[in-house]
Amino acid sequence: MLPAARGRLSEELFSALVANEPLAGRSFPQAESRDDEQIALWALYELHYRGFDELDADLEWDPDLLRVRRDLERSFEDRLRSWVSIPDAAGPVSEVIEKLIAVDDAPSIARFVQRRATGDQVRTVLRHRSIYHLKESDPVSWIVPRLDAGPKAALAGLQFDEYGSGQPSRLHHRLFAEGMRAAELDDTYGRYIDDAPVEILELNNAMSLFGLHRRWRGAGLGHLAVFEATSSIPSRQMAQGLRRLGFPEAVAHYYDEHVEADAVHEQLALRLICDVLVEEEPDQRDCVLFGAATCLELEARYARTVLGEWDAA
Amino acid sequence: MSADEPDVIMCPDGPMLLRGHHRVADESGDVFETERPFSAVCRCGKSATRPWCDGSHKLLRRTKPA
Ligand code: FES
Repeated sequence: MLPAARGRLSEELFSALVANEPLAGRSFPQAESRDDEQIALWALYELHYRGFDELDADLEWDPDLLRVRRDLERSFEDRLRSWVSIPDAAGPVSEVIEKLIAVDDAPSIARFVQRRATGDQVRTVLRHRSIYHLKESDPVSWIVPRLDAGPKAALAGLQFDEYGSGQPSRLHHRLFAEGMRAAELDDTYGRYIDDAPVEILELNNAMSLFGLHRRWRGAGLGHLAVFEATSSIPSRQMAQGLRRLGFPEAVAHYYDEHVEADAVHEQLALRLICDVLVEEEPDQRDCVLFGAATCLELEARYARTVLGEWDAA
Repeated sequence: MSADEPDVIMCPDGPMLLRGHHRVADESGDVFETERPFSAVCRCGKSATRPWCDGSHKLLRRTKPA
């Protein structure tokens, strides 16, 4: 189901889509807020993943919709550029990325969950995270055909692991869905989109932006490296917090799996994917670092928002 | 396998990355089979999931400011 509109643009856009109105030559109002822009962009990106039952599948490549999407992307890209700066440091990108992570001073949701969060607060985080975790790794799959053999083989190995090494029951978004059901949450894809703060939409839309555009492939991989390299220890803290609160084992299990898997993926993404890509295509360096810095920035914004609401930052 | 394509990669201040299928014996001689396309073997001795790395090596590093 399409999400609820969050402003004039998403309102008009979603009603035109549902009514199947002709889109040629149609103009839509400017987004009136980040929420309005991001929910419209999220819905347009979803046409490339699972789509919406009530919409015509042909809309995915409708040129008039692509034009709307491009305008939203430009405004989002401008904002990311104003938020994020590319570090000007020498050495392998893996080292620069590790330094970026080391100096990041964002508050940690995982540490809060480990020590102090209530069950309701954890369920809120799970609902927010479900927007991504129920399609975990999918945005990165778009990048595979855009790479040469070195980074492609390593990325395919990483994705194969994310997708359960051939076993559906080990596939990461399946594990998350099982955890949600065990925690009595609805595991329907996209079910909690209306609960997601704009920071969650931005996190998700940045991954789709980087995945769907070849020119952003380096950023997609830099983002991946940070995502994986900031996952093992927080995943262990999440698992401890979930067990402290008596959540079912299936939810903790999803995080257990990420402790070990992401310890591997971190090294793969940093050394066999990002470093090799930049060795082979040196002009991708800034793009990789931009993606890495974007991941940290957007995660920090989400953490400050959600912890700020709970007075927990 | 070509010379520039090692199956065992030492990661700076981190684990030993293995490509492909391997059998790894730990200090007491117990043998563990890799289950992933790539695996990371702990080299710092601090992992709770030995012989595999669980990221704990970073906690060691964090105590020494750069
Ligand atoms: S090398 Fe990573 S936990 Fe020991």
